[in-house]
Parts: sequence; C-alpha cells; structure tokens
Amino acid sequence: MTTAAAPVPLGVEVARPGRQANLWRDTLRNVLRQRNARVGLTILGILLMAAVFADVLSPYDPDQTLLGTEKRLTPPCIHLLGCPADRVEHPFGLDANGRDEFSRVLHGARISLQVGFITVGFAIVLGMLLGLVAGYAGGWTETLIMRVMDVLLVFPALLLAIAIVAALGPGLINAQLAIGIVAIPVYARVMRASVLSVRETDFVTASRALGESAFGLIFRRILPNALTPIIVAGTLGIAGAVLDIAALSFLGLGAQPPLAEWGSMIGQDRNYVFTAPYLIWFPGFALALTVFGFNLLGDGLRDALDPRLNR
Amino acid sequence: MTRYIVRRLLITIPVLFGVILLVFIVGRLLPGDPCRILLGERASDAVCADFNHRFGFDRPVVDQFTAYLGALAQGDLGSSFRTSRPVATLLIERLPMTLELSIYALLFATTVGILLGVISAYKRNSAIDVLTMAGANLGVSIPVFVLGLLLASVFALVLKGTPFSLPPSGRLTPGLEIVPLATRWGMVNDHGPLRAVVDFVSNMYTVNGLLSAQWNVFIDAIRHLILPAVALGTIPLAIIARITRSSLVDVLGLDYIRTARAKGLGDRAVVRRHALPNAMLPLVTIVGLQIGGLLSGAVLTETIFVLPGVGLATYDAITSHDFAVIQGFTLVIAIGFLFINLIVDLSYAYLDPRIRPA
Repeated sequence: MTTAAAPVPLGVEVARPGRQANLWRDTLRNVLRQRNARVGLTILGILLMAAVFADVLSPYDPDQTLLGTEKRLTPPCIHLLGCPADRVEHPFGLDANGRDEFSRVLHGARISLQVGFITVGFAIVLGMLLGLVAGYAGGWTETLIMRVMDVLLVFPALLLAIAIVAALGPGLINAQLAIGIVAIPVYARVMRASVLSVRETDFVTASRALGESAFGLIFRRILPNALTPIIVAGTLGIAGAVLDIAALSFLGLGAQPPLAEWGSMIGQDRNYVFTAPYLIWFPGFALALTVFGFNLLGDGLRDALDPRLNR
Repeated sequence: MTRYIVRRLLITIPVLFGVILLVFIVGRLLPGDPCRILLGERASDAVCADFNHRFGFDRPVVDQFTAYLGALAQGDLGSSFRTSRPVATLLIERLPMTLELSIYALLFATTVGILLGVISAYKRNSAIDVLTMAGANLGVSIPVFVLGLLLASVFALVLKGTPFSLPPSGRLTPGLEIVPLATRWGMVNDHGPLRAVVDFVSNMYTVNGLLSAQWNVFIDAIRHLILPAVALGTIPLAIIARITRSSLVDVLGLDYIRTARAKGLGDRAVVRRHALPNAMLPLVTIVGLQIGGLLSGAVLTETIFVLPGVGLATYDAITSHDFAVIQGFTLVIAIGFLFINLIVDLSYAYLDPRIRPA
C-alpha cells in the first residue's frame, strides 16, 4: 500500500496498439497460475476428448443390446485386472438391457458437455441483455426487470424447472430450456451490477461526450468491461446446469431413454443399486467429475480474473 | 432500524404478488384439459362442463385469478382435484416431514461445515487444509441423487448386519406404530387452529417421539433420517466449510487480531473469542441461501429414500396436473423462502451496523 497507483480500466489497456494479444496472454498466464484452474482444465480436457472421440473410443454402439450373446447385468470385466480371458471384456459391465455401460458413459460425456454449454449460453445471452438494459436504462425499466428476476429467484430452482418442464412436456430440449430460464436471473443480476459500476467511469463519459451512440456505448464500451464476472459466473453455472439437467433426467423429465445421458441412466437403473451398483457408480462418478472440473475451473478463473477476491 | 424493517417488508409485497401471479400462470400453462386428465380420456362433454363449472374453469382467467386471490386472503388454499382433500390438510401431513429432514440436514451441514472451515483456516496451507478443501470441492460436485444411492448401498447393503447399518427407505420400521399427539392428548374432537398445530408437530416423528417419550419411535425415526439428511446436507456443508475458511482467513489477517495476539492471548482464544464472531457474518447469508437449495434437493432425496414429504408431493402434483395442490404448495414454499430471506437480511443488518441505514 505504498505507491497507490490509480486502477487502470481495462478498456484503456485494450486501446493501446499492440497490447491486445498481450492482454489475453497475460490473462491466460494468470489463469494457469491457479492450481484449481489447472486441475479443472485437465479434467475438462479429458472429458472433452472422451466426448469428441466417443465413437472411436467406445467398443460398442451405446444403444446396441448384446443380449443374443451375453447376459444382462454382467458385472465389469477388465482382463488387465484379472478378469478371466474367456469372458468378454466390459470395463463398466452391462446394463439391464444388455448394453455396454462403458460405451454409454463415454457417449454421456458428449451429451452432458453439450447440454451444459448450450443451457448456460442461452441463460447468459438473455440474462446479459436484461441486465444490460436494466443497468443502462434505470428507472421503471430497471425496477420492472429486476423485480421479475427477484420473483424467479424466490422459487427453489429445481421445483420451478420441474413446473416449466411439466408445462412444456418432458424431454432434453425442454429440460435445457427450463434450467436455462431458471438461471437467467443470476446473469441478469451480475450484468446489471457490472454495468452500474462501469457506467459512471470516465472512459464511458468520454465516449458519450465524443458522440458515441447508446448502442455503441453499451456494446463497445460497457459490455467488454463487464464480461469478467459473467465468465466466472458462467463457468460455475455450467456445473450447476449439468447437475440440474441430470437431476431432471433422473426424475424422468429430461433426457428420455434410450439416450445415454448420465442422469437418465442412473434414474433408469436406480432399482439395481443393491444388485448391480456399478450401474450407478460409473455414470455417477462421470457426472461428479464433470461438475468438479467446471467448479475448479470457475474457482480458478475467479481467483485469476478478479484480484479483489484473491485469497 | 424500524424504518429499515418496514422498507424491507414493503419490498416483499410486490415480489409476493409476482409469486402468486407466476404460480397461477404456470398452473394454467400446464397442457391438457384438467377434466380429461383427472376423470379419464372418455369423460363425456357434459361431465366435463360440470367439472369445469364446479372448479370455475369456465370463467374468464382474470375472474379466476381474482377469485383465487380472494380465497387466499381468507386463508383458503383450495382442494386437491384428485383427492378432493383440502390443500391445507395435505400441507399439515407433508410439510413436517420435509421440515424435519431439512432441519437435520442443515444442522449437519452447519456444525460439520463450520468445524471443518475453522480447522482449515486455523491450519491453513497444511495437509489437513488442502484435503478438507479438496473434499469440499468434491462435496459440491456430487449430485444429491448419486450420493443418496451411494449412501443407501453402503449403509444398507455393505454394512448390513453391523451396528452401522442404517435403513435406506421410509420413515419408520414397518410394524412400529406412531400415536398422533392429538390422540395422546385427548384432542380428537378439537378442530381449531390449535389442533392443526398439534397435528403438524405430531407429524414430525422425531419431535413426536420426544414429546410423548416413545423412545423406540424417536430412535427409529432418527435412524431413518440420518442417510437422507447427510445426502441432502452435503452440498451446503461443502459451501459452508469453504465460506467459513475464507472468511476466517480474512479476519485473521486484520489488525485487531494482531493486537489480540500481541497482548498475549493464545491461538485458540484469539480464534474463538475474537476472530470467529466476525467471520460468521457472511455465513448468515450463505446458510439462508442454502435453505432454498435444500428444497430443490428435498425433491430428489425424498424420491430416493421414499419419504412422503412436500418435495415428492409437489413433484407428484406437477406431473399429475393437480393445479390446486401445485399452487398451494409452491406458494407456501415461496413464501417460506421469502420469509427466510427477510430474516437473513434483518439479522445481517442487526449483526453488522455498517449495513444498517441511518
């Protein structure tokens, strides 16, 4: 606390020629310095590979029943770990319909990652727009928008999502829509808070004095400087969205069988928890790992991007 | 302070109105004709017209809404379409179970969470700290339904026959009778509000067992609640542990703590008497926020452990289009949540004078 340098708004940095690439490189370096972010990125990288190459990596079609040749609910068998060589190898065993659980869990990664990104993307776009308008316009517009957001926040998220899915009909798309709608207030609030803090800064006033239009002010001056908290909230939000959609699918309201979605697989096989617990373990572990990865990355991003929260 | 409370209460009113409106709209948006859903696809038009007239579905939506508001103002939550039983009665049956579960879950989450957080902050950057925080990160990542099934399989199957085995479903061991408090206290013919309160308390089985000194019921009910409470409480526990740690680490770096140390106080006394009370402030908010999450988790926990609570009942009502029950239950839940937020805000203002407006 000796030389109190005035905080330099990000926008000023960007304006300097030749600095933009460095800004991104600096940010990346800051993020990678966080242990949480490194572990999170590694986990998510592995999951992303599993999702992209699911077709190549999985030994069977995830929807194909192998009942003609094998028994259903066969426990896991890995030759390397001492499973007799005369048995067919199934690392995660076979499910109640005789499908290869390993192939299904691999394909589940694809669905969960897609679903997480799309849902949060939807919520962020709408939430950001509402927050921008509320923060920029102020007055009655702001009161109306933010009160509606308050109302949405009063309901327990999953119950509201269940009600929305019940209104729209069960299915993965509707479940995404429901979880997305429920998540909107979070981003609207974050965005509004950022806009309020950026709106009165000197560089925004300067742009306005130079005759920049409202549209330009919002999208060129205010938005870029309010993105950091949205990125952090969004990363943590993906973790929550993946969990909630899996929960809806578990209840039978999201992904419908035979789709290889982790929550739906656990829901379908939950009655085998005492006889074939591996059908719960493996998709459950994959689900927890995905959420864990996004949580770690989100924590790391927050520590790297928001020095005020640095601990 | 009084002005602050009044202002805070006034803000709640439009939100409450919005909640009622939203609950009403979502109820009407559910697809399908309620008559055909409840009475069957082959119900004749005349029967359905009569049905719609009886429940007021033939009137304009605005009229229906004002009628609903009017009934609400008189404390009437309506009756279930499916069973014709009053929603209030259903609430007295179902809510105590969820409340009981949530209380034990929250108790577990706060005690263990604060303990772990304090240990982590006290020994920060030690192996215990790193392990606890990694555990907390993992704890927030495990879905309630996976953890629930996992606990059930470990404690009901793997540990079967050992003293650690716990029941995986239900509220009481079959065969065990629980006597309602109203019967025990000779209030069977009483039908006033007092009876409702007694029934409500009576349906919290552990409290019932305790009040009527039925120790076998009390212990059995507790044993049935341990696994669900742990499953439900784990995510809040992890969050509470993390907040306690970071808040306490912050406070421990402040000047007055240095002063306390300088005057010769031991580490334990510094943490317990000086640091902890101030570090608890953010916890009030966090614990309050977790209560809303608990209700979401309760739907899943009650599904897995076959507990007849309000979460499961709401889920059933939503999927079977029982409007009155959906409206009544979500409304009560939302009001409860609003109320909790109010208490959190007020206690925050009470605890931290800086927030209190002049």
